[in-house]
Amino acid sequence: MASQQYTKGIAGIWDDESKVVKAASKTRESGFTKFEAISPYPIHGMEEACGIKRSWIPWVTFVAGCVGLTCGLLLTWWTSAVDWAVNIGGKPFFSLPAFIPIMFELTILFAALSSVGALFYAVKIPRIDPPSIDPDLSSHKFAIFIPFGDTGYDESKIEKMFKELGALEVKKTEY
Amino acid sequence: MIKRNPLVLGNKTLKDVSDDICAPLERFPSKGWVGLFLSAKTLLLFYIVILGCVVGVGIGLLGVTHPVFWGTMIVTFVFWIGIGHAGTLISAVLFLFRQKWRTSVARTAEAMTVFAVMTAGLFPLLHTGRPWLDYWLFPYPNQRGPLWVNFRSPLLWDVFAVSTYATVSMVFWYIGLVPDFATIKDRAKNKLRRSLYGALSLGWRGTAKNWSHYEMVYLILAGISTPLVLSVHTIVSFDFAVSNLPGWHTTIFPPYFVAGAIFSGFAMVVTLMTLVRIGFKEFQNYVTLDHMEVMNKIIMMTGMMVGYAYASEFFIAWYSGNPYERFVFINRAFGPYWWSYWIMVSCNVLIPQVFWFKKMRRSIPVMFVVSIFVNIGMWFERFVITVTSLHRDFLPANWGMYQWSWFDTGVLVGSFGMFLTLFLLYLRLFPAISIAEVKPVLHVGYDDKGGHH
Repeated sequence: MASQQYTKGIAGIWDDESKVVKAASKTRESGFTKFEAISPYPIHGMEEACGIKRSWIPWVTFVAGCVGLTCGLLLTWWTSAVDWAVNIGGKPFFSLPAFIPIMFELTILFAALSSVGALFYAVKIPRIDPPSIDPDLSSHKFAIFIPFGDTGYDESKIEKMFKELGALEVKKTEY
Repeated sequence: MIKRNPLVLGNKTLKDVSDDICAPLERFPSKGWVGLFLSAKTLLLFYIVILGCVVGVGIGLLGVTHPVFWGTMIVTFVFWIGIGHAGTLISAVLFLFRQKWRTSVARTAEAMTVFAVMTAGLFPLLHTGRPWLDYWLFPYPNQRGPLWVNFRSPLLWDVFAVSTYATVSMVFWYIGLVPDFATIKDRAKNKLRRSLYGALSLGWRGTAKNWSHYEMVYLILAGISTPLVLSVHTIVSFDFAVSNLPGWHTTIFPPYFVAGAIFSGFAMVVTLMTLVRIGFKEFQNYVTLDHMEVMNKIIMMTGMMVGYAYASEFFIAWYSGNPYERFVFINRAFGPYWWSYWIMVSCNVLIPQVFWFKKMRRSIPVMFVVSIFVNIGMWFERFVITVTSLHRDFLPANWGMYQWSWFDTGVLVGSFGMFLTLFLLYLRLFPAISIAEVKPVLHVGYDDKGGHH
C-alpha cells in the first residue's frame, strides 16, 4: 500500500530456470538473508533454494473457517429460535439439520475470502506501480535481488558472484 | 512404458508462451470476432428489452400459470448454473488430482463459470416478479419485526449457495489472473494499457516468497472450491427434492444433478474451445486435440452417469409401489410431453456414445456438434424435471399444460446474448490461457522428467 518503501540494491538477471535456482542457493550459502528471487512463474525447488518456510496462510483459512461455521450457527439459531421464533410446519425452532447448508456455505465463504485477504497482506498487494528490475521478469527472465544493507553486502563481490553463476546482466537498481 | 504426449506443442520457449497468449489482446480484433461480438451484443440488447417487459409488465408474460408455476426462469437458471460447474471442476478438482492438462483450459473454463453464474443469477432474482424487493432474500435487521428469512427453506439455502459460489469462483479466477495481468502490464507499449493492467495486477511481483504464498492460497482455494462446487448443485437439487411432488421427491437428485452439471459444463467448454481454437490459431498449440479428447471422454462418462440416473429413477418409481410416482414417470415418457423426454434421452445418453471411437473423439466438427446436442439435451433435462412433474400431479382436476409464450423463447435465447457478450469481451481483454501456469508444464512430454514430479 501507500507506505511501501523500496530499497536500493543489486540484481543479477538470468534466462535459465536451473541456473537461477543454483544461483539462489549459492546466494543463500554466501550468507545473504534478505535477497529476493524473482521469476515469471513458480519454480520447483526455489523455496528450498531460498530457504523459504511453509506459508502461514492455512492457519488463517482454518481459523476463518471456524469463525464462519460459528457465525452460521449463531445466525440461524438466534434468528430462528431466539429473536423471533416462527413455527414452520411444526419443526423445532432450532432445527439444526436444516441449518447445515447455511453453516457450510458461510464456512467456505469466510475461509476463502480470508485466505485471499491474508495473501494480499503477505505479498503486500495492492501496491501502486512498484519499481521493476526488468520488464521481462514477468515473461521469460529470472532475477536475484540483494538489497543494500544485507549481511555482507559488497557490490563488487556480489557482481563477481553473479557473473560466475552465469548472469546475463548485473545492475544496480531499486526494488 | 506409455510415453506422455506433450501438453504444449511446437517446442515453445518461455517468451513464445507470453507472446502467443497475449497476441489476441494486443492485435486489432479480427472480422470474425467483431461479427460474433456484434451479433452477441444485439442479442443482449434484445434480452434487456425482453427482461424490461417481463419486469415492467409482470411475469405473467411468461407461460407460468396454474398448474405450472415454475417455468423457463427456473429451467434456464438450473441450465446455466450447471454449465457453471465445469469451470470449477477443471480448475479445482483437476488441480487437486494433479492433472496437468488442466492448465491450458482452466482459465477459459473458469471464465465460463463466472459468466454462466452471472447469467443464471438473474433468473431467481427476476422470477420473484418483484426484483426490486430481492434484498428481502438476505437476513438483515429490518423494521418488520425483525421478521427473519426462513432458514429451513431450500430456496434460502440456494441464495447462500449461489452467492457464495459466485463470490468464490470470481475470486479464484481473479487470483489466477493477477500474475498474468502483471505480464501484460510489463509488455504494454502504451501508457493507458500499462496503467489499466497495472491496476488489475495489483502491483504483483513474482518473488519466490510471493509465489510460495500464492501457490498455497491457490491450493487452499482449490481445496475449498471442490466441496463448494458439489454443494451448490446439491442444494439446487434440494429446491426440487425437498418438496413432496412425485418426480421431484427423490434421494438420487443431488448426485444426479452434480453429474448432469459436470456433463453440461464440459459440453459448453468443448463448444467454446472449438470456436476459440478456430478464432485464435496460436492457441491450437496449447489447447491440443489431446485436451479436447480428454474432455470428450469426461462428457461420455458423465453422460452415461446421467443415463444411469434416468434409468434408476424409472426403476425406483416402479419399485416404490407408489402409484403417483409410477404415473409421473410413465407420463414423462409417454404423456403429452413425451417429445421433451426423448429429446433429453437421445441428446444426453445416445449421441455422446459416438465418443467410444477415437476418431470421433478427436474430430473437431464431430465434437462441436455433439457438444451442441448435449447443451440442448441438458436444457431439456431441466425442462422435463420442472415442467412434466408439475403439469400433472395428484389430482386430475389440477392438470394442465405449460403455456409457453414467445417471451419464454426471448428469455431463453436472450440469455445466450448476455453470456456470449461477456465471453467474447473476456477473450479480447484477458489472457485466455494462464501464462504463469502453462510455463511450468512446457517440458511435459519432451523429456524424461515429464509428469513424474
